[in-house]
Amino acid sequence: MAIGVKVLARPSRDVSYVRATLKGMALTFKHMFEKKVTMQYPEERSTDAEHGGGRWSLTPRWRGTHRMLTDEQGRSKCVACGLCPQICPANCIKLVPGEDEQGHRYPLIYEIDEFRCIFCGYCQEVCPEEAIHVGVHYENSEYTRGRFVYDLERLSSQTHAVSTLWDPTDPKGE
Amino acid sequence: MKGFLLLSIIKMLVVFTVIMVGVALLTLMERKVSAWMQNRRGPNRVGPAGLLQPAADGLKNILKEETFPAMASRWLFLLAPAMSFIPALLLFAVIPFAAPLPVDFDFSLGPLGRFVHHGLMPMVVADLPIGFLFVLAISSMGVYGIALAGWASNSKYALLGGLRAAAQMVSYEVPMGLSLIPVLLLSGNVSLSAIIRDQQMSLWYVLPLFLSFFIFLVSGFAETNRLPFDMPEAESELIAGYHTEYSAMKFSFFFIAEYSNVVTVCAMVTTLFFGGWDIPFTHWDEAGGVLQSIATAGFFFVKVMFWIFFVMWIRWTLPRFRYDQLMSLGWKVLLPLALAYIMIVCVAIYVVEHVLGLTDPILKGLSLFALSVVVSILVFGVLDRGVFIRGSGRQRRPLNAPARRAPVVT
Repeated sequence: MAIGVKVLARPSRDVSYVRATLKGMALTFKHMFEKKVTMQYPEERSTDAEHGGGRWSLTPRWRGTHRMLTDEQGRSKCVACGLCPQICPANCIKLVPGEDEQGHRYPLIYEIDEFRCIFCGYCQEVCPEEAIHVGVHYENSEYTRGRFVYDLERLSSQTHAVSTLWDPTDPKGE
Repeated sequence: MKGFLLLSIIKMLVVFTVIMVGVALLTLMERKVSAWMQNRRGPNRVGPAGLLQPAADGLKNILKEETFPAMASRWLFLLAPAMSFIPALLLFAVIPFAAPLPVDFDFSLGPLGRFVHHGLMPMVVADLPIGFLFVLAISSMGVYGIALAGWASNSKYALLGGLRAAAQMVSYEVPMGLSLIPVLLLSGNVSLSAIIRDQQMSLWYVLPLFLSFFIFLVSGFAETNRLPFDMPEAESELIAGYHTEYSAMKFSFFFIAEYSNVVTVCAMVTTLFFGGWDIPFTHWDEAGGVLQSIATAGFFFVKVMFWIFFVMWIRWTLPRFRYDQLMSLGWKVLLPLALAYIMIVCVAIYVVEHVLGLTDPILKGLSLFALSVVVSILVFGVLDRGVFIRGSGRQRRPLNAPARRAPVVT
């Protein structure tokens, strides 16, 4: 035993099987009447008051599904500069830029394929207009795969909180 | 005659339906009990409190794909689930589940003729005079289904599971049968109805024959392949044992068979040692009547449910035995114990009846109960000292040798 396996000296006398069995059964029986630890997830959430009131809530730097911010007129803040599709390592952003009569650029098509996305958050970091954000959100179920390609309207109508960027002057987020 | 046939058919249908529905609900109960014992809630999404979960499971199993291993023996592979399922259900035919019900009818049904029945109808599908031997005969059939399933699958895990099951079930059949001999000695009859009647007159047999009860219960666990004796399945060692290659409804059949076996063993424990449908401390239930039948059926149900709960309780408490421990428990502990107990009970009955001359069944029962207390204390004293079932450490080194230590790593 060159690697020094610990060999336990097994008790060979006074080993009680009957008492151990009864003890175990008493234990399992006692457990039947204890408080259940299960959280009934969709109905009860970790953010509810009775479950610690957000003690287990997500960190503000959680990077989840995207959200496009809008200006006061309800238009997306995106100016179709093309930086986010450029930096996206997963190549999941599809952007077709357009231009209106005043020469303002805006996205004709802005789609994010959430299946391809690796949630690195580069798009949020690179965006000069603070338009596209990754969000603090994780409940993303859909009935079809097609629904996971979020278009501009979908991205703009999301309401969940957006992720905070990492601040080099405050590395621990305090 | 035709009245009897008609009643038999009705009883068959009722018992079959109750068992099948009960077995479905037992799968839910098992999951609930296990959940409660682990501070969880268990299935509670399908229907109120998860009550429709078995229906959902059944539907899922019917819709799933039936797979056939390429090299499996096709007919045996098909036959095995049925072979394990049928004996489990057959056994229930001889178990009386309530006090006799008075049934009187006399009517004609056109070409079928006249149906007549007068008097008490025994609440058992077949009140066989050899009830008890039937149980022993049929319960040993169950091993065929499992062994065949393991063999026909042509898979090494399934084969190992099947072999283990065969060895285990054959081994435990012996102490199981022997543990019931004292019951026969005491009741002097093999018919289950007569055994219940005898228990009504004296004590429930669990008191005078506690050791028999214990051996029967332990062997019953092994016979049904339930934890702590679930070696044939042994998820962690054999994937799933004999039903590794089974899918969909065929797999379900093994499950149904397992739970029907549990129900049957629990019903047997109730019938043989806990007075069957007897309501204790009263003789009201022994006179047949509609009310009596309903009350005793309810009582029987409660008793059986308790034992089913007990089986689940054990399952979620104890870990699995090692295979050699299982075999040594069967052959070296339970078998000699059962044989010795037969001798003790023989002598005791002789002494009580012929030397002491006690004829009153209650006095007889009480004197045997006193003996049973002494014997049980002795036996459990020995078992409890860990003399028979031991850990592997004991076998490798003599008792007084110093404990082995790992060499110091330099």
